[in-house]
Amino acid sequence: MSSVANTLRRSTRFASKHPRVGLGILLSGPLLWLLVVYVGSLALLIISAFFKLQEFTGKATTELTLSNLDEVATESAYLMMVLRSIGIATAATAICFALALPVGFYISKLAKSWAKRGLVVAMLLPLWAGYLVKAFALRAVFEPGSEFGNGGFLKNTIGWSPGFGYLAVIITLAYMWFPYMFLPIYTGFERLPESLLDASSDLGAGSIRTFFSVMMPMLVPSIAAGSIFTFSLSLGDYITVKIVGGTVQMVGNIIERALLAPNQPLAAAFTLWPIGIMVVYLGVMARLGAFKNL
Amino acid sequence: MKSMRKLLAISAIGVLILSACGGGDDGSGALEELGDGEGAVNVIAWAGYIEDGSTDPAVDWVTGFEAETGCEVNAKYANSSDEMVELMQSGEYDAVSASGDATLRLIAGGDVAPVNLDLIPNYADVFADLKDKLWNSKDGVAYGVPHGRGANVLVYNTEAGAAPDSIKAMFEADSPYAGKISVYDAPIYIADAAVYLMATQPDLGITNPYSLDQTQFDAAIAALETQKSIVGQYWALYTDQQASLEAGSVTLGTSWQIIVNLAKGNAAKIEATKPKEGATGWSDTWMVSSKAKHPNCAYMWLNHIISPQANAGVAEWFGEAPSNAKSCDLTADANHCANFHATDASYWGDVWYWTTPTAECLDGRDVECVPYTEWVNAWNKLRA
Amino acid sequence: MQISNRSQFSLRATTYGVLVILYTPLLLVLILSFNTANSLTWPPRGFSTHWWSTFLDVQSAREALFSSTRLAFIAMVIAVVLGSMLSFALQRFEFYGKNSLSFLAVLPIALPGIVTGVALRNTFVRFGFDLGFISVVAGHTTFCIVVVHNNVVARLRRISPNLREASADLGANSLQTFRFVTWPLVRSSVFAGAILAFALSFDEVVVTTFTAGAGIQTLPQWILNNFSRPNVLPYVTVVATIVMVISLPIAWLAQRLADPPNDKLV
Repeated sequence: MSSVANTLRRSTRFASKHPRVGLGILLSGPLLWLLVVYVGSLALLIISAFFKLQEFTGKATTELTLSNLDEVATESAYLMMVLRSIGIATAATAICFALALPVGFYISKLAKSWAKRGLVVAMLLPLWAGYLVKAFALRAVFEPGSEFGNGGFLKNTIGWSPGFGYLAVIITLAYMWFPYMFLPIYTGFERLPESLLDASSDLGAGSIRTFFSVMMPMLVPSIAAGSIFTFSLSLGDYITVKIVGGTVQMVGNIIERALLAPNQPLAAAFTLWPIGIMVVYLGVMARLGAFKNL
Repeated sequence: MKSMRKLLAISAIGVLILSACGGGDDGSGALEELGDGEGAVNVIAWAGYIEDGSTDPAVDWVTGFEAETGCEVNAKYANSSDEMVELMQSGEYDAVSASGDATLRLIAGGDVAPVNLDLIPNYADVFADLKDKLWNSKDGVAYGVPHGRGANVLVYNTEAGAAPDSIKAMFEADSPYAGKISVYDAPIYIADAAVYLMATQPDLGITNPYSLDQTQFDAAIAALETQKSIVGQYWALYTDQQASLEAGSVTLGTSWQIIVNLAKGNAAKIEATKPKEGATGWSDTWMVSSKAKHPNCAYMWLNHIISPQANAGVAEWFGEAPSNAKSCDLTADANHCANFHATDASYWGDVWYWTTPTAECLDGRDVECVPYTEWVNAWNKLRA
Repeated sequence: MQISNRSQFSLRATTYGVLVILYTPLLLVLILSFNTANSLTWPPRGFSTHWWSTFLDVQSAREALFSSTRLAFIAMVIAVVLGSMLSFALQRFEFYGKNSLSFLAVLPIALPGIVTGVALRNTFVRFGFDLGFISVVAGHTTFCIVVVHNNVVARLRRISPNLREASADLGANSLQTFRFVTWPLVRSSVFAGAILAFALSFDEVVVTTFTAGAGIQTLPQWILNNFSRPNVLPYVTVVATIVMVISLPIAWLAQRLADPPNDKLV
């Protein structure tokens, strides 16, 4: 035991004297993984978007061509679909935000302390329930039915259902990702220093003024962080769309279709859209301080 | 700029790596001799083809096979022919039940190996008009064994009006079923639009719905665009269409007999029929991968699934005509083969089996036909 | 802050309203697991305990459960090690490329799962690497690392450097400082990150679909596979209910770890 401890002691002393080595050791594992495996794969994917497809067999060759990118960037049907996907993701994120803010505020500031943890767990527990099952449960909720059949939960309970389509997709996506927006916002509320809020009311600001001028600016990083998950998960989703979307298709669906066609280079070309959108989105969120407060 | 040069260098290396590694080796020829089972077999199939009693204890043609051969069957269910082609390209699977629109692509891509028919004794009993067809053989060499065949039926709700007998109800904007129509979500469905045009626009001159020149193809896409406004559901999963049929959200659609049977089992008021203008259909072939890791078990499975008892079981469960002539005496319903026209050649006269469209027109015309990749692109744009 | 009674009431109503909306579909799942019919349609057609009583006989469900648990556990362990290492590196050191690395560290969860899945699959297939257990572990570990990293780095940021300095002043070497000062403060965030990583991996379906080989079937894949097979569909509701019930104490524990009672860290 002591020889192991000795070696450990000596190596940590060495590492403290030579911080770069310590850094190197710490970084080697994760760096290898992230850079080589993940980013490398992304790079290869992007490169494969330039490959030509051998028509009949559906296999990618290594001849270079711009036709995939051309198709993906200029075809109006696809451009509309990308815009619609962004719209749906934004709507779902907005709904999550609109609900998470009051709920986070209530649980953090107004709920009784014995109820707080229970409420937080209750808000987060659906995350554990399983994505696919929730999607199919919501399918049973939205089923429109008709005069020839029963329809789903909504139809039977309140007599009306939006049916499968954009509204169902947006509501389902908001439902799925609500916990991801709730948690950072709740944590943000929890970390607001009481002193600042007291100071604000000491200076004569009413609750509304305090909320918008003091609390919200400090919450922006948390909101930004939460929105990253919600937006990106909604943007790339294709399973929910298949289940409750009716005839609606989003960018994730077209990627899956292209991949299964099989036309892997075209699928890779399509992925450039969500990659590009998310890089821009992350840039904006970084400016809002999301990374300091993930 | 330094970063630009770095980026170019990385890309260049990437392309070099990829070009060096591209393209695996195509499989060798057919299996020469049947050895011992390898203990497992990975199979890609349509849902319903591999029943081991978990769906219905009486429906089981797998457990007996596993006990007898020691080959555990790992089933991967695919929802379309395209998906089957893509999965087979990964080389992870040993056998596949490919429809006619997948088989030729698999053969051309080198993903399946020729089949040594001497190792499959049950092949002798297969119906003669399923052997050596365009979609399951090449230059006289067999690439698989026939599984069975069926038509894409028209399912309708019996309470929604008089029973439809025409494909027009699926395509016309003033269809009484508008908004509650269910369409199969795959590019091959364009052929159904072509069948519709064969009946309603004969001057287009379509003789084979998989053999469309650009004008005919554009007309088919136009028909599908019109149809889009009356479609309620594009289905890929059985359970999707089944649930909607039961709930009444769908009152008309293209379907398979198995879905109709399952929904009827839940008291859905539906029936199925073949439209008078004809229909598309499929004739599936069991094929062996050229990269199969369990070739012996794969061959044993092929022999088993076309054996009289098993083939009767799957034909009845799925609702199709069996490929083994002896199966007709073994079905639980004595009329099964009659109902599914297993021996009635005239029924299949206007059923167009799924086939892969090629640039070289399948009906032998001298013009250029639209190849399948264009079908895929057009379908993607339609659905976007 | 002074909140009017009316505002308090509407906030409370919103909170409980959201709870109702969140749990109604889950309740439907529970009810449908007792349905006689074999499809997931509402309303249920009858009451039957058939699915519950025969569920344990479904071999594929048991295997899928085991497969998922094993996969999630391994991904979690690797992610804990690598993710914590990454957090310490990013928090404690300044170096060239630090901002880029922070950005990269978010990508696996910021990019949609389908992009990650397609990219990894492309790489594995091109290099002739067999899709199997290792490939799916690689896929899962990628986003699990990020989850652990987020948790740990958030905690590390809130630990004052004064504590480490004080420990050194008192004569401890860096190993002792880590063991007696840093680790007790950080460990709950590591555990919380680990539990969250486990949960994500257990439920993940998109990356899994693209990276798992023929012989692997995780629980979400089993569920998806069974959506193609009508008469096995209700077992999905049984499995879902069981997983939900088992998750309740785990989720509670995770939340408890993430928020230590003593939230003021010098």
